[in-house]
Amino acid sequence: MIEINHASKWYGDFQVLNDCTTRVDKGEVVVICGPSGSGKSTLIKCVNGLESIGSGDISVDGSKVNGRKTNLNQLRSRIGMVFQSFELFPHMSVLDNVMLGQLKVLKRSTDEAEQRAQALLLQVGLADHAYKYPAQLSGGQQQRVAIARGLAMDPIAMLFDEPTSALDPEMINDVLDVMVDLAQDGMTMMVVTHEMGFAQKVADRIVFMDEGRIVEDSPKDEFFKAQGSERAKEFLSKILTH
Amino acid sequence: MGDFDYSVIFDNLPLLIDGLKVTFLLTILAVVGGIVLGTLLALIRIAKVPVISWVAAAYVNFFRSLPLILVIFWLYFLVPLFLGRPVGSFYSVLIAFILFEAAYYSEIIRAGISSIRSGQVAAGRAIGLSYPQTMRYIVLPQAFRSMVPVLLTQAIVLFQDTSLVYVVGLKDFLVSAELIANRDQRLVEMFVLVAIVYFFFSFAGSLYARHLQRKLSV
Ligand SMILES: Nc1ncnc2c1ncn2[C@@H]1O[C@H](COP(=O)(O)OP(=O)(O)OP(=O)(O)O)[C@@H](O)[C@H]1O
Ligand SMILES: [Mg+2]
Repeated sequence: MIEINHASKWYGDFQVLNDCTTRVDKGEVVVICGPSGSGKSTLIKCVNGLESIGSGDISVDGSKVNGRKTNLNQLRSRIGMVFQSFELFPHMSVLDNVMLGQLKVLKRSTDEAEQRAQALLLQVGLADHAYKYPAQLSGGQQQRVAIARGLAMDPIAMLFDEPTSALDPEMINDVLDVMVDLAQDGMTMMVVTHEMGFAQKVADRIVFMDEGRIVEDSPKDEFFKAQGSERAKEFLSKILTH
Repeated sequence: MGDFDYSVIFDNLPLLIDGLKVTFLLTILAVVGGIVLGTLLALIRIAKVPVISWVAAAYVNFFRSLPLILVIFWLYFLVPLFLGRPVGSFYSVLIAFILFEAAYYSEIIRAGISSIRSGQVAAGRAIGLSYPQTMRYIVLPQAFRSMVPVLLTQAIVLFQDTSLVYVVGLKDFLVSAELIANRDQRLVEMFVLVAIVYFFFSFAGSLYARHLQRKLSV
């Protein structure tokens, strides 16, 4: 589904991504972790072309993200993305947030888009908040709306960039529960997170990044048995004792 | 000078109101035209298209370096020359105001657009919206909301500046009042009235702008 082959990227002289290769198969959940500045966000943004890579290639469902012939807007509409800072559209109601892409990109009718939006808001537990504005919701609620907004496009995969790290601890689980449900329903997911409980529960593989490199890419069980790299072990022991 | 004679105002009310209509029409059309053209210029500059963005920047800097009265004067002569036929002073000054104001509006709008976090653009693009769609549905509505007080303040300045059409003899409020003043020898009454009217609308406008500013900042 998502294939990343020898992807490298530079900001000027600084190499953010260094020969990254990994893949996410259909229905798989891959968790990406690693220290701050290691390039996790950059990697995930390259998957839907929000950032471009310098060399190598990335393809999603067979189409090259960096290919000349690819319709990037269309490809993006098929990949949901959830940001650390939610990025709901503050000037629109919750319902309109979830409807916008359906109306303008998928060209669904207003009725159809609204039905779908209401159904998704119900699914993320926010059916009562459809007519509120983002600023009237808690962070956890906003992030669940953002997930609904992504799902409204009927994506073939979902990307998450630290979806819970801007949240108060008591709200983290509301968001993780929605994500666990999604994973168990067979959604293909690439998730940057340090929530190892989530990884334990639903991840198929864990990718560990450091200084722009993928230093470990192993099935969950192997990763947690900590047979991997010293760097990953050290990192894990730090975040797990928090 | 004699006593302050109110009757000259009432006797000439239709003329004065016609003049005021010209002033308002000019202000409103120039604000709308200036915002439309200014938005276009701002978008072109932000999009960083080679050459075109540079031309837009040059345009903005050019008009911001000229006194408005000069632009009015030049356009008064140039527009008919350019079109090959007379257009009347109203249209020539309207074009002058739009071209001039657009340069200022574009700077306000550019600042407004830059104040929107880049994450909003990313979120728009991520659901598959094109760049123009992202601007139209996500960035511009938020930018304009935050800019309304500044745009209104600029419109008040423009309202006052429309009196510069004096140089080409267009019968706006000021020119109408002056004609009456000279004809009836009622300079004091007329210029006091003119001052009160300009003050009233400008002051009311800036109070409203301040109110909006406060409302938006909470
Ligand atoms: N636009 C940019 N220009 C220059 N450097 C950048 C830019 N964006 C990111 N970087 C740098 O690239 C590196 C990787 O950034 P990235 O955001 O991908 O890291 P991350 O692993 O997501 O970190 P975090 O856990 O803090 O989110 C960082 O050192 C960052 O400073
Ligand atoms: Mg990051």
